[in-house]
Amino acid sequence: MSPDRQNPSKVGLFVPLADAPKLFIPLSPAKVSAGFPSPAADYQDKRLDINEYLIRNPVSTFFFPVQGDSMEGAEIFDGDILVVDRSVKARHGHIVVAFVDGERLVKRLYHRAGRVALVAANSIYPALEIMGEMELTIWGVVIGKFKRMSL
Amino acid sequence: MAIFALVDCNNFYASCEKLFNPKLANKPVVVLSNNDGCVVARSAEVKALGIPMGVPWFKIEAQARQCGIVAFSSNYALYADMSNRVVEVLSLFSPNLEVYSIDESFLDVSGFGDLNLVEYGMEMRQKVQEWLGLAVCVGIAPTKTLAKLANHCAKKGMAGSDGVCDFTVMSDAQLTQLFSGIDVGEVWGVGRKIAARLQQLGISTVLQLRSADTAMISARFSVVLERTVCELRGVSCLDLAEIVPDKQQIMCSRSFGQYVYSGKELEAIVASYIARAAEKLRTQDSLAGALMVFIRTNPFSPHEPQYQRALTLPLPNATADTRLLVNWGSKIVRQIFRAGYAYQKAGVMLSELRPRVMAQDTLFNNGVDLRRSQQVMATMDMVNQRWGRGTMRTAAEGVTKSWQMKRQRLSPGYTTDWDGLPVVSAV
Repeated sequence: MSPDRQNPSKVGLFVPLADAPKLFIPLSPAKVSAGFPSPAADYQDKRLDINEYLIRNPVSTFFFPVQGDSMEGAEIFDGDILVVDRSVKARHGHIVVAFVDGERLVKRLYHRAGRVALVAANSIYPALEIMGEMELTIWGVVIGKFKRMSL
Repeated sequence: MAIFALVDCNNFYASCEKLFNPKLANKPVVVLSNNDGCVVARSAEVKALGIPMGVPWFKIEAQARQCGIVAFSSNYALYADMSNRVVEVLSLFSPNLEVYSIDESFLDVSGFGDLNLVEYGMEMRQKVQEWLGLAVCVGIAPTKTLAKLANHCAKKGMAGSDGVCDFTVMSDAQLTQLFSGIDVGEVWGVGRKIAARLQQLGISTVLQLRSADTAMISARFSVVLERTVCELRGVSCLDLAEIVPDKQQIMCSRSFGQYVYSGKELEAIVASYIARAAEKLRTQDSLAGALMVFIRTNPFSPHEPQYQRALTLPLPNATADTRLLVNWGSKIVRQIFRAGYAYQKAGVMLSELRPRVMAQDTLFNNGVDLRRSQQVMATMDMVNQRWGRGTMRTAAEGVTKSWQMKRQRLSPGYTTDWDGLPVVSAV
């Protein structure tokens, strides 16, 4: 659709001519200062980025909030947000997000002597041994967590 | 010799839904188009039930309930994020990549001669599976058209193995055999109409199209189809379209969840589309020189009175200011709106885009200082990025949005929304 240059007044507006001469002047984004240069300029470092600290491989990283207290022994508390990296191969002892029989769980992975179990880090919760008909998907490995305090 | 790989996600939308929802394992899942209209994606279980692509949801709703099919509205935020992640993983495998669609990418793997490309394809497949939990198929061939066909063969298990099919390691005899069994309509660029016309000429398989006379094809059809024939013969005619240039136009148009009758409401709708388009405009750091608005009734209910109208307005000053654009937009709506119609869709297009740094101010600048306008817009974008789209908006957009797209079966923004993150139970 070409612009209706011929008759913009159809809309009851006044518009400058389309072919009016134009002069493009770049707007400079930087301000020029005549003051004394900062003595710290040479020591400038980039500010710390929390993403960099928590995340190794952004493309394979996902966040999962936690509900429940079964992982408190592993310092994972209700309301924490887990950093889960799928590119880390899950091993015995890793804390993992797992799908078991339609549930999304966070547990420690036990994998020894051909036995697989998901173990809580809180003695009141029994370990969940994976057997026979049960469907287990290790979704990803928990590599960190974060939380915002309420103010 | 050029070699291309086409990597395509299997049942992409449905797979994204399944990825985050453990209750969907082994369940038949469909994803519906805008306004929950038609089936646009099916999980393997749904395909096995024989439910066709594109079927209107209301027609199969009863059957779906019986079969336990779970239906979702299109969760574009989720699919776009997962799609970007797939592209990011694939770009580890080739520096030259073309994102062909939300679930398909072409990779240039020419000159990787020392590599076993079948194994390379397996590696891509494995990495996407491991890192993102999505299944892909890989087709490898000397032309894009053949790579697409190889992908089709991989997906259907007609050739290759484990979701990877490499035509370059197959003999002529094998390919001839394979192509004689594939319908010509499966070829990239051969639509239903062309396929029907080809069939009248006795060309019904890929093999027959490959050996068709190019002069005849070009005379009876088009040079485009002639090029397709050349590509089927292994002569690469289509290069990767790698670089995505800045958009020359920015469009935002949608159909409404329910009919809209009042001009005031249309103004609000158009204002919100403009806000969305202007946001995109600012992310590419451009200004728009013209604004087009269209409104129309539903062409699929021909018994209703029909009306449609579009109007393009050249702007006195190129701008990216939502407030100004919304103002002009409302003026256009007032101009083109006719009462007494059931409106079903509206859209806006920003055009004559130019980089912001080239901007000039004019004498008649509507009282909006360019620099201040930029500051206000930057603030608005920041607020909306942090607190969610539409948190800060022009009053013209209104408060309630009853006309919004019907998405009653929308899953959460598992990867894009802090409030939509998938909760894990520590129990």
